[in-house]
Parts: sequence; C-alpha cells; structure tokens
Amino acid sequence: MEPRAVLKNKAPGQDIQTKTSFKKELRQWTKNWELYVIFLPVIAYFIIFHYLPMYGVQIAFKDFIANQGITGSPWVGFKHFERFFDSYYFTRIMENTIVIGLYELAAGFPIPIILALMIHEVRSSKFRRFVQTVTYMPHFLSTVVMVGLVVMFLSPVSGLVNSMIVAFGGERISFMTEPGWFKSIFVWSGVWQTMGWSSIIYLAALAGIDPQLHEAAKVDGAGRLKRIWHVNLPGIAPTMMILLILNIGSVLGIGFEKVFLMQNPLNMEASDVIATNVYRSGILGAQYSFSAAVGLFNSIINFILLVTVNRIARKAGSSSLW
Amino acid sequence: MAESRGDRMVAVTIYVLLSFIALLVIYPLFFVMIASISSPEMVMRGEVWLWPKELSFVGYERLFANSELMRGYLNTLLYTVVGTAINLVMTIAAAYPLSRQDFRGRNFFTFMIVFTMFFSGGMIPTYLLIRDLGMLNTFWVMVIPSALSVWNILIMRTFFQNSIPKEVQEAAFIDGASNTKLILRIVLPLSIPVLAVMVLFYAVGHWNSYFSALLYLSDRDRYPLQLFMREILIQGQMQEMVEISDDSLARSLMDAEAIKYAAVIVTNLPMLLLYPFLQKYFIKGVMVGAVKG
Repeated sequence: MEPRAVLKNKAPGQDIQTKTSFKKELRQWTKNWELYVIFLPVIAYFIIFHYLPMYGVQIAFKDFIANQGITGSPWVGFKHFERFFDSYYFTRIMENTIVIGLYELAAGFPIPIILALMIHEVRSSKFRRFVQTVTYMPHFLSTVVMVGLVVMFLSPVSGLVNSMIVAFGGERISFMTEPGWFKSIFVWSGVWQTMGWSSIIYLAALAGIDPQLHEAAKVDGAGRLKRIWHVNLPGIAPTMMILLILNIGSVLGIGFEKVFLMQNPLNMEASDVIATNVYRSGILGAQYSFSAAVGLFNSIINFILLVTVNRIARKAGSSSLW
Repeated sequence: MAESRGDRMVAVTIYVLLSFIALLVIYPLFFVMIASISSPEMVMRGEVWLWPKELSFVGYERLFANSELMRGYLNTLLYTVVGTAINLVMTIAAAYPLSRQDFRGRNFFTFMIVFTMFFSGGMIPTYLLIRDLGMLNTFWVMVIPSALSVWNILIMRTFFQNSIPKEVQEAAFIDGASNTKLILRIVLPLSIPVLAVMVLFYAVGHWNSYFSALLYLSDRDRYPLQLFMREILIQGQMQEMVEISDDSLARSLMDAEAIKYAAVIVTNLPMLLLYPFLQKYFIKGVMVGAVKG
C-alpha cells in the first residue's frame, strides 16, 4: 500500500486513480457508512411506493380476487387487454388521447420559445420584469382553480366571454357542454397557464449565449430578426431538443387532473381519455385488473415513445436525454 | 451604432405583442379580484370592467360562514407544513449522498430513482398498495406517498455538486468531522438558497394538490381545501351557502357567482401575497434545474 494513495482516498469527492485491493475497496464502502444510513429511507421509499406498484402491475394479466391478493389471483394472460382493444370505447379513447396530446404539443411547445425570444429582446428591464412577473403568475394556480376560472369565464349565463360575444352581436355559446369546444379549451387554457413558466428555461439558455456572436453578426450587418433567427435560435437548440423529447414522450400521458375536472357527461365523447377511463372503471367501478391493463398499456406506449424519440435524436447527433 | 428602421419596427412589434400577452394573462385574474368585492348584481349586468362597483363582501361572508370550508383550509395548512418538512428531509437524504463522487453505488441508485420518472405501475396498483398498507383515509396518505420528487432530487444534487466547494468538505474530513457533522455544519448552511427553492416548490405542490385526496380520502373531515373548491367552483354545490330564504332564483344565482369569485381569491391568497417576494427564488430553482438539462 503506497502512502500517497491512502491520503488520496481520505479526501471525499475524488475518484481513486490507483487500482485498489479488496481491503481498500471495502474501506470505500465502510468509511461512508453514515451516508448509507441516511440513504436507507430513500431506498425504502422508492421500493415501496414506486417498485411495489410496478410489481403489482401483474394484476393486469390476472383476475384480481381481493381475498387472494395480488400474487394469489389466477393468471389469465392478455384477456383484459383484448377486452380493452375490442371494447366499444377503445377508438374514442385512443383518438381523444392522441388528438389532445398532439394538439397540446403543437401549441404548447413553440409558444414558450417565441415568448422567451421576445422577452429576451426587451431592453427596458422594468418592462421585462413586468412581463415576466405577469406571465409566470398563472403557473401557481391550482388545477382546481384553473378549471374553475375556465368554467366561470365561459359560463353561458354569467360568463365574461359570452357577455362579450353578445355585446358584439353574437349568439351565446355553451362552451363546456359542447364536445366540439373541449379540446381547444383544454389546450389553450393550458397554454395560458404555463407559457410563462415554460419560457424560463429558454431565457436561461438565451442568457448563456456568447455576446460576441451578436457583435460579430452586427458587424456583418445582420438586423434584429436575422440575429434572432441565426444566433439566438441555434443557441437554444439543444434546450429545445431536450424539451421536445420530454414533450413527445408524454404526448399520451395527458394529465389526468385537468381533463377529469373539465369533464362532464355532455362533453364526454371529446374528453374521455385513457387516464380518466382507468379512474372510472378502476377506482369507481372496482374493475382493478381491467383498468390496470389499460393503465399499463398507456405506460408502455409512453415509454416506447420516449426511448424511440431519444434514440432518433441521438442518431441525428443532437442532444439527447441519455 | 444607430438602429435601422427595420430594427425599430421589430422592437415596437415585440413591445406591442408582449403588452398584449401580459394583458391577456392579467385581466382574467384582475377581473376575479374586482368582481369578488363588487355587488353581484353589477357583475351580473356586466358593469364591472375596470374597477369594483358598489363594494360588497357578500361572497366572502357566505364563504367564511361555512365551517366545513374552514376545516378544509386548516387541513390543507397541516398537510402543507408537515408534508413539506418530510419532503425537505427526504430530499436532502437522497440528494447529498448522490452528489458525492465517493458514494459507492451512486450510478445504480441514480438509475433506480430516475427510472421511476419514465415508468410507473400506474394508478390502480398504487391505489391497491395504499389500500393494503391501511393508509386510506389517514392523515399520512397525504404526505408519505408524495415524500420525494425525482426532479427536485436532481435539482438539489446538482446544487450540491456545483456550489459546495469540494475543498471545504475535504478540509472538514481532515479535521476529523464525520459525514453527519459535515452535512449539518457545513453543507446545509451553505445550501440555504436551494433549500428555500425546495420548500417553495414542495409547499406549492401540497397546497394545490387535489388528486391524491380524491383517490385516497372519503372522509370529509380530512378533505383539503382544493376538494371543497372543486365542489364550489366546478360542481356548483353550495346549497348550504346560498340561503333558501333568498326569494328569487336570480338572487341565489348571483350570490353563487359571488361566492365563486371570493373562493378563487381565498384559495390563492397565500400565493398572491407571497408571490412577489418569492418569485426570484422560484426562477432560481428552474435555472438550477436547467443546468442539468
């Protein structure tokens, strides 16, 4: 054992450069025993609340019988999946999920980027602060209050929007019960709520662009629009790519919370998505195995989407998640 | 260098667009505020536009007279305080070891944690687990299953890695400090900014959450504020608050609207009051997270 290496190992946060003997290896584990003690509850948390449900997902392939538990229930193979694929609602649910997901992606992805590019161009720091403060605010409204606001403003009887429509000589529209309106209301209220907050990450990326690039572009005679297009946009491209991957990976993972709150019997044909269906048949209807199968189907598709998009991004040589 | 005409046009367009966007975001919130303190009749007739008319607090009066709602407020406060405390301790316990290069197994543990971000057992297996653990309808179901957020662990780990000088930690070791002492005396005092960010992120999350309550609670005494708000704002259930003695339907309809406006304000009151002071911390949190990408 050479003394220099021993000294080195004493310092935390450094990789051991020399090849260590078994004894030294053991010491690496034992000297930080306190860290493992501290970390233990964290491992326990993830095993219990995340990995046990993953184990429990096997009920999707079983007929869950309450008094026999998850392991004791009999296997039935893909019965529940087949039932879901053959069910009357399958097409409707899948169509709603995919259309809302893509609509959300198409509106929710570019708008924060445009907003950030515009805010970045503002010279007056007061105005800039004002715009930022205002647009970030809705992020802190809870989903319940957000949907409550939507319902209030769109109410056919007392809503502000309908008052305006009437003032301009139009007809009152019953937005919340008209299936045709559901998807647009869902997506655009989401944009209203999150565009400011989502723009922060792009503003951070914009702040990191080397000012010399702008100077050089100016010398070359590039105007503002040209500099936004040729300097700022490429500058935030890696950030855009990462967020695009994450967004595409969650296209079918439409937030249950908001859809559920906006749903009512009259707009069901446009608002029923996978997650709300799982809730209805599983939690309310107690068909545990069937709805676990539907949920698992959704998780697997999301996962495959994410991995595929990430692989494409990596192959194309742009930044990727892993 | 003087700006060209084209550049000035671009700048003006941007200012106009941003002003329009800001107006679009702030006006609905502003309207709710003035509507909540105006006479319901004036609001109904569409006379309230820019400032409150015929001051009236009828919505607030009805709201605060409802004891169930106050119970919900108290519940939410409790869930938020206890939940955030658990979140903070657990996040430190997760993030600090993972930030240390000499923590053996960190790659495995990191993978194990991050994987849960992309794949989960889903709503039903989780529900069955909570049921089997006997946590349905308990106080703890509101704070334990949400004890950790992977995203926040990553933010904090990044902070520990980048902002606490390794030399300081090494020096403490040479002076004979143990890991526990190092965390309590050196790492945490140097991490106040990120701790503040975490408290805010988690607290807002608890304050606004309704989903786990919807799934796991059936006892109204344990309901958080948001579930009562759902009844008032979305399902329009407030028979108790709108007096039956109110002679006409129109009258009770107007009162119902007033209650809704007041409810929005009351629910968001803590956020509205704190937001201007906390804004910079929130943004810092997003930035720290952005470093990792």
